[in-house]
Amino acid sequence: MPRRIVAGIQSVGHRVIDSIWRLGYASRFFLLTLIKSGTSLHRFTLVIRELYFTGVQSLIIILVSGLFVGMVLGLQGFETLQRYGAESAVGTMVALSLLRELGPVVSALLFASRAGSAITAEIGLMKATEQLAAMEMMAVDPIARVVAPRFWAGVISMPLLAALFSAIGVYGGYLVAVILIGVDEGSFWSQMQGAVDFRYDVVNGIIKTCVFGIAVTAIAVFEGYDAAPTAEGVSGATTRTVVTSSLAILGLDFILTSFMFRGMG
Amino acid sequence: MVSESLIEIEGLNFSYGQRPILKGIDMTMERGKVIAIMGGSGSGKTTLLRLIGGAVRPTSGYVKVAGEVVHKLKRDDLFRMRRKMSMLFQFGALFTDLSVFDNVAFQMREHTDLPESMIRDLVLMKLQAVGLRGAHELMPTQLSGGMARRVALARSIALDPLLIMYDEPFTGLDPISLTVIGNLIRRLTDALGMTSIVVTHDVQESLKIVDYVYFIADGVIAAHGTPDEVRRSVAPFVHQFVHGEEDGPVSFHYPAKPYAQDLKLEGSFA
Ligand SMILES: Nc1ncnc2c1ncn2[C@@H]1O[C@H](COP(=O)(O)OP(=O)(O)OP(=O)(O)O)[C@@H](O)[C@H]1O
Ligand SMILES: [Mg+2]
Repeated sequence: MPRRIVAGIQSVGHRVIDSIWRLGYASRFFLLTLIKSGTSLHRFTLVIRELYFTGVQSLIIILVSGLFVGMVLGLQGFETLQRYGAESAVGTMVALSLLRELGPVVSALLFASRAGSAITAEIGLMKATEQLAAMEMMAVDPIARVVAPRFWAGVISMPLLAALFSAIGVYGGYLVAVILIGVDEGSFWSQMQGAVDFRYDVVNGIIKTCVFGIAVTAIAVFEGYDAAPTAEGVSGATTRTVVTSSLAILGLDFILTSFMFRGMG
Repeated sequence: MVSESLIEIEGLNFSYGQRPILKGIDMTMERGKVIAIMGGSGSGKTTLLRLIGGAVRPTSGYVKVAGEVVHKLKRDDLFRMRRKMSMLFQFGALFTDLSVFDNVAFQMREHTDLPESMIRDLVLMKLQAVGLRGAHELMPTQLSGGMARRVALARSIALDPLLIMYDEPFTGLDPISLTVIGNLIRRLTDALGMTSIVVTHDVQESLKIVDYVYFIADGVIAAHGTPDEVRRSVAPFVHQFVHGEEDGPVSFHYPAKPYAQDLKLEGSFA
């Protein structure tokens, strides 16, 4: 019996040590990516190419989802607010929910599953087919040439995608509340304009999306680079990217929210 | 006195985990020569190339390229050395996100400031040499296996390196391309004074073009000599390899438990 307990404790210990080791390895990789970003900033066309793949290719899913989320918010908001006779505040509700929470969080989740997984799969496949090794043999650093441009493209496109998500979401709320249900258009917009604070709501939302963008892309490039060079290795890494970055987004969102929004005085 | 040998390998040992792959290899390779490395599948030929290129570190012993011990170099110095060498990977390793043209142009764009018009001429010349100038707009996924290897070959000679390591350049080539590529390797070596290491299974073709042959078996050099010596050799190992016989000192099997034990035959009558 004691042997079993010892073995149990040992295996827990191993796992803890392993995950801490991996975390350290990932942090080191992240730092290396930052240090070796010179090439991508110097030759910005490398980043632009990746912006197309991560940013532009994610546009459709971000726009469609944003529209629907906004429409649902309009419906639910109207349904609840009209009980208190405050249906003209539906615009405020839609805008604040999107800017503070749903815009950053949902677009980051979509971004992780659309672009993050693609980044991981691409880098993982490049590793599995020895493309990264070949690059090393050509005296070209794969972190500078392959990882860093993808990282920066992700970091740049995430806030832009989230902004589009929120903008089209507000439009979706407008479609439902004003066009469909018939809330007064003037009060819809003017209440929204009055209630949304640029510094408090918009800037905080942007900060969130930047943090999410860094987290998701850093996880995606690391998982790709660290993938076992086989088909299973790459598919496992892709799954881990989506799972880890979704958890990271939600966890970070809670932390950031608790710092940012403590109720306006 | 200036040493004529480009590569000196001494007492080279290497293992993957607990499994020794190379056990004490000594080699010298002279400048301007084509050297073949032959050996059974899994005998460690690719590993040897990776050691020469500094991609993995030896457990003991060393590889010297142009007088410098490869595994002692700092990363910057290693990269500086690698600009002078190039490697044709066993499976091509073409960059799948770049076209054939951009693959061949890759190192020119990374390492030189040549104007795009000159890069274009150089790339087309390299592709012409492997007979694929017409394919320069294709993506790697649109190539056949043999075409991909020829593009990889064109890419590896892009910057006219001093040393090229070809990991099985002849597999997947039809007889015509095979002769052309074999002659190309020979001509490049002679015309540009580069040194070529060719890992190959194609005994007959390579004996025609190389200057020296090393046979690796069980992690050591089993035999070596000039092509003439190899052809005349009566050593059982060389004979078996050159004539592709099943029985002989080279084992076709990966090390394993006795067959009967693996099939759980013993004890089944108990
Ligand atoms: N990354 C690795 N991890 C563990 N073992 C490896 C690894 N790569 C190769 N090996 C082992 O090392 C041995 C030598 O491999 P290597 O690729 O050098 O063989 P090779 O001579 O090139 O064979 P082939 O002619 O089939 O290409 C093989 O038995 C293989 O099992
Ligand atoms: Mg090999």
